[in-house]
Amino acid sequence: MDIGLGHYLTVAACLFTLGIFGIFLNRKNVIVILMSVELMLLAVNINFVTFSHFLQDLTGQVFALFVLTVAAAEAAIGLAIIVVYFRNRGSIDVDEINMMKG
Amino acid sequence: MIKAVFFYLFAILSVSSGAMVIIARNPVHAVLFLILAFFNGAGLFILLGAEFLAMLLIIVYVGAVAVLFLFVVMMLDVDFAELKAGFIKNAPVGALIGGVVLIELAALFLVYGFDLGVAGNVQTAMPSTGSGIDNTTALGRVIYTKYVYFFQASGLILLVAMIGAIVLTLRHKEGVKRQSVAAQVARSPKTAIEVVEVAPGNTILPSTEGQN
Repeated sequence: MDIGLGHYLTVAACLFTLGIFGIFLNRKNVIVILMSVELMLLAVNINFVTFSHFLQDLTGQVFALFVLTVAAAEAAIGLAIIVVYFRNRGSIDVDEINMMKG
Repeated sequence: MIKAVFFYLFAILSVSSGAMVIIARNPVHAVLFLILAFFNGAGLFILLGAEFLAMLLIIVYVGAVAVLFLFVVMMLDVDFAELKAGFIKNAPVGALIGGVVLIELAALFLVYGFDLGVAGNVQTAMPSTGSGIDNTTALGRVIYTKYVYFFQASGLILLVAMIGAIVLTLRHKEGVKRQSVAAQVARSPKTAIEVVEVAPGNTILPSTEGQN
């Protein structure tokens, strides 16, 4: 019952795949797409911290910290865009986002 | 043994709540399952000895980002039933692409194995377990010295995100009286004071214009 590198990487791979699956499954709902992106970033962070632990190298944790920062900024801007879009159109359907089509 | 039990607990809970995020019918439930997934991810981080990142995940994600999601989901009056319409139709495409990614990852792991090929190339060595330096201290020593520019840059990114979110969502309502500092500062005695000569025995009525 020794938990090694492979166990953690498997969990991260499952979460990443679930994130990709979620983007395609909920193609109309932008909020769930943003949540799927957050799931994928969590999987990436688990990978970073896992390798940081098993290589005894702090760089992975530092990089995971920066990924966390960028993910928080991305979520804030994405939700702000959703709020503005909903105010203008009254819907958040991705299929209807074609105002900027040339 | 106890570590393995907790690993399987956190792993199974995080993957299953991640699955619930994408298949939940109610988006409020999806956000709550996202919070559960982040909590279990923080548990995995603690098992890996990254206590600072685990606490950061709970404070930043559960405390800020997930609550932001919750606010937006509850504030927007969206017809979520309509948005679920293409759910079944899109499932095969999603399963195909997700399956391809999973097979690729599995093939990568099966071919190269799980061994650490670059174990000798350590950039920033972790303090040894007996040294008494905990994870937060070790991270702080590195962040504020070796990675200080990156740390400042991430602060700038957060500042830009904050200003961007405010600029995007700020709305000026019509018909609300506001203070105009520029107009107040630009006032001179000429425009502010009116000298009126009053003949003896006469009165003047205050002018009705310019009374703001």
